[in-house]
Amino acid sequence: MTLSSTRGRTAVESRPAGLDMTQLRSEFPILRTRVHGKPLIYLDNAATSQKPRAVVEAEADFSLLENANVHRGVHALSQMATAAYDRAREEVRTFLGANHVSEIVFTAGTTAALNLVAQSYARPRLRAGDEILLTGMEHHSNIVPWQLVAQATGARIRVIPVTGSGELDLAGLNEVLTERTRLVALAHVSNVLGTVNPVRQIADRAHAVGAIVVVDGAQAVPHIRVDLEALGADFYAASGHKMFGPTGIGFLYGRAALLDAMPPWQGGGGMIQNVTFEETTYAPVPARFEAGTPPIAQAIGLGAAVRWLRSLDWSAVEAHEADLLAYATERLAEVPGVRLIGTAREKVSVVSFVVDRVHPHDVGTVLDLQGIAVRASHHCAQPLMRQFGVAGMVRASFAAYNTRAEVDALIEGLLEVRKVFA
Amino acid sequence: MPDASELYQSVILDHNRAPRNYRPMEGADRQAEGYNPMCGDQLTVWLKLDGDRIADVSFQGSGCAISKASASLMTTAVKGKTREEAQKVFESFHRMVTGQGGPADDMPAKLAVFAGVREFPTRVKCATLSWHALKSALETPDPAK
Repeated sequence: MTLSSTRGRTAVESRPAGLDMTQLRSEFPILRTRVHGKPLIYLDNAATSQKPRAVVEAEADFSLLENANVHRGVHALSQMATAAYDRAREEVRTFLGANHVSEIVFTAGTTAALNLVAQSYARPRLRAGDEILLTGMEHHSNIVPWQLVAQATGARIRVIPVTGSGELDLAGLNEVLTERTRLVALAHVSNVLGTVNPVRQIADRAHAVGAIVVVDGAQAVPHIRVDLEALGADFYAASGHKMFGPTGIGFLYGRAALLDAMPPWQGGGGMIQNVTFEETTYAPVPARFEAGTPPIAQAIGLGAAVRWLRSLDWSAVEAHEADLLAYATERLAEVPGVRLIGTAREKVSVVSFVVDRVHPHDVGTVLDLQGIAVRASHHCAQPLMRQFGVAGMVRASFAAYNTRAEVDALIEGLLEVRKVFA
Repeated sequence: MPDASELYQSVILDHNRAPRNYRPMEGADRQAEGYNPMCGDQLTVWLKLDGDRIADVSFQGSGCAISKASASLMTTAVKGKTREEAQKVFESFHRMVTGQGGPADDMPAKLAVFAGVREFPTRVKCATLSWHALKSALETPDPAK
């Protein structure tokens, strides 16, 4: 019997140039749903993006028709599953422009990827007196793993400060990035401020003192074309669910020479070469870091998300998102009492703000009642909140499928907030 | 479908704008912190006890309209009550905001403005933050005394 794949019901491989918004939005059924009786206006894409049919169908088709474990069985389904899983890894490699497929490790997400680098790369290498350099705009997931390493090794954490406009203050970089720096970990794009950080510039300085560079790319991959060569990142982490893919899957890119030299972090099936009770030899990368049955359907969904992303006309996506950002920035300035936080020159389509004398949670609730989904909290970046002197902010984060009309709805919603709390 | 005015009743908006008993207390017998790690809301509740009775109560902190107004109304509702009476009020209030019962007879009527919270499960913690702090202050003896 020959098995044939049914994947690819929703063809997205070829699109005309430009951005057909009607077509694009039709690929996301959730965008036609209602919340509290109002049409959903989804502006919480930095928390998690919505998923196009192509992604959900790839996952569902695998689970319904092709499900088997990978790297295990001799039977046809298992071989197909293994091939599909490997194809997904190849999709991610192509997407990032990595040299070799073994440089892509599937993880549960960005957090797991950063913890893997912290525990497997940094912890065995760092000593008291060594320094880890972070930035003032990091998400907790790019702070806490390094604190754990610092506590275990005696290394010290230092921080690149953030300016009032939400850019990294590189004026004093030489004071914090020194011969003692072993590792620099920074966000490619800030989840709060939307700032695109000058990763290349910092990476060059880091490499000059012999430090390696770990980049949290979770907020970059849905918005900008990532080119690893151009960035100079030694490690690059991201999550599937913020790039139109499934939850529970993400990836870590690592330079081959670095990954090869790293010991496993978690032990189990799939990551071994040979096991006796005396000794185990480990599988080569990336399998060495993928103990246990991986999230197979999710990896296949991530592969589909990457294919979907690559099917878009990126010049058109970037132009559209730049327009949304400029339009939202301009219109927010019309609402009395709204203060925009994060006005970096290089920004993705994310706007964080506070409303004078109204707590972010109350803003969030009043917007929610109008069908508008935003994030209202400390955004897992409490040090940054403290710097800007606020307990929290409201964040509207746009994706390629958002429209100017949705920005208008947000502004109407904020005027309603002003009315309720007049 | 709930609307904003059901949650943000005018009494709540008033207490949010001008919270009552909003001050640190000199010579307090008890104090406790309330902290919601989800949103970063934080407040301190101070108590002065006269035997078993709450002679004075105040609070200060930062939070949303619901948590601030709830703390403010709580102070006005429990001042002069015994420890046990205050506990009973909290239980009734908790049942009401979690949708397990209507405003109870033993609950001061003004607290009924929070009945709308039951439609907003994510805001229950905001409405009960100060009450949990009060409970903890009542249950924790002051080591200095």
